Amino acid sequence: MTDFDYRIVEEAAKQLYIRALCDLPPDVRAALKRAYQRETKPAARSVFEAIFKTIEIADRDKTLICQDTGLPIYKVKIGSAFPWNGYQIKNRLYEGAKRATQEFPFRSSSTHPLTRVNPQTSVGPGLPVIYFDFFDGQTLDILMAPKGSGSENMSKMQMFYPAHGVKALKKFVLDAVIESGANPCPPGIIGVGIGGTADLVAKLAKDAILRPVGQRNPDPEIAAMEEELEEAINATGRGPMGLGGDVSTLAVHIEMAYTHITLNPVAVNTQCWPARRARAIIHPDGAVEYGY
Amino acid sequence: MAEYHLTSPFSEEDIRKLRAGDIVYFDGLLFGIRDLTQIYMFDQGHEPPVSLAGAPCIHTAPSLRKVGAKWEKICVGTTTSTRMDRFTPELIRKYGVRAIIGKGGLYQGSLEAMQKYGAVYLAIVGGAAALETQQIEEVEAVYWEHLHPEALYQFRVKNFGPLTVAMDSHGRNLYEEVKAEAIRRLPEIYRRLGVQ
Repeated sequence: MTDFDYRIVEEAAKQLYIRALCDLPPDVRAALKRAYQRETKPAARSVFEAIFKTIEIADRDKTLICQDTGLPIYKVKIGSAFPWNGYQIKNRLYEGAKRATQEFPFRSSSTHPLTRVNPQTSVGPGLPVIYFDFFDGQTLDILMAPKGSGSENMSKMQMFYPAHGVKALKKFVLDAVIESGANPCPPGIIGVGIGGTADLVAKLAKDAILRPVGQRNPDPEIAAMEEELEEAINATGRGPMGLGGDVSTLAVHIEMAYTHITLNPVAVNTQCWPARRARAIIHPDGAVEYGY
Repeated sequence: MAEYHLTSPFSEEDIRKLRAGDIVYFDGLLFGIRDLTQIYMFDQGHEPPVSLAGAPCIHTAPSLRKVGAKWEKICVGTTTSTRMDRFTPELIRKYGVRAIIGKGGLYQGSLEAMQKYGAVYLAIVGGAAALETQQIEEVEAVYWEHLHPEALYQFRVKNFGPLTVAMDSHGRNLYEEVKAEAIRRLPEIYRRLGVQ
C-alpha cells in the first residue's frame, strides 16, 4: 500500500466532478428519450426538446449542463484486494473537489450555514460528503454526484409507526412529490428510503437516486412498489417542469434497510432531470477507467 | 397553444396577447436579477441605474468572468422564483417590467399585478443552463458589481426560449391549474394505491 500514488485519486476526484457536471449518463439520456416518446402535451414536449438541445450543447462545448454545481458527494467502494490508505483517500477527494472548482473553473455552491460565506472551493467542514463501503474485488470504485439545491430542497423524511403500515409510506411519497411541484426540475428520479434509523433512511433515499434510471430493486416486492408509485406520480399530470403533462417522473427507486420493530421510517430524495453522476474505477496499478 | 417570436423591450400589447400555455421566444434586451439585487432595490432603497421599462427580468446568479473592462459569460442558468415573490408586484408596478422569467412560478399578489399592469411569468426549462448560455449573445453591462453574482445584469439575447407562458395578464396561472387538476385526480390515485 505504501507505493500507491494517491495523486491518482485526487486527479480522479477532480475529473469526476467535472465529468458529472458536463456529461449526462447514457441511462438518463435514454430515459429522457423514452419519456419524450410517451409525452403527448405540446408544451411538455417543448420542455423535452429544450432538454435535448441542452445536452447536445454541453456535449459539444464540454460545458456545464446546469449552473447549479451542487454539493459534491463521493461514494467510495474499496475492493478487498485493493491496497488502500483511507486517510489518503479522504484527503485526496477533498483536494480533487476543490481543484475541479478552481481549475475548471465553476461556481462553488458550498457555503457556511450561518455566515453564508462561500469560499469558492466547494469543500469545507462535512464537504465533500463521502461514504465508504467495501466489496470483494481488486479495484477502488468511486461514484461522484453533484447534488443541486432545486431538488435537494424538496427532500422529506417522516418517522411513522408500524401501525401506519406500508400505505402511510406510499401516501407520504406521493404527497411529497405533489407538494414539490416544479421546484425539483421534473421529470427526474424519485429516490425513496424505507427502514433503518432516522439518518440511515435519508441516506438510503440518496442511494436510490444514484442508481441507473429504471434499474429495479432486486427485491420483487419493493420493485412492484416502485412501479406502483411511478404510475401514481405520473397519473397526477404535473408533467415536465410542473407545467402539465404525461411524464412527471422518469423512475421511482426504493432502497430498503431492516428497521426497529417499532419504527417505520420513510424518506424522499428528489433528483432533477439532469440526474448527474460519474464513476471511476481505479486499479492497483494506477490505471483509471471512467464511466457512470 | 400559440407560439410567438417577440422583440424586447415589450409593449403592453405584446404581453396582453399572450395566454397561459403559449410558447414564447424573443430577441433583444434581458435583465438578470436575484434575491440580493431586489433586497438592494426594495429593502435598501437603491434606484436602478438603467430603465427596466418593458423589459423581461430573469431570476439568475450568472457565472461570468471579467476580462479587462468587459464581462464574459461562463454559465447562466435560472433559479427558483418563489423566493423572490415579494418583490415582484413592485417590480411590475414601479419599474414597468413586462415579464418575469424563472422556474417554479409566483403567488397570487404577483399574478394580480400582472393582470393590473400587463405583465407575464414565463417559465424556462430549469437545469438547461447550457442552452440559455448559448442564447445570450452578450453581457452588455453589469450594474452594482459589488453584488455579483447577484448584481443587476443587462444581457442581449437571440431566440431566447422556449418559454411557456405560465402566468398571464388575464389572471390565469398554469401552475395552480396543474396542481388543482392533480388534487382533483388524487382520490382515484389514492384508491388505486390502496392508501385510503
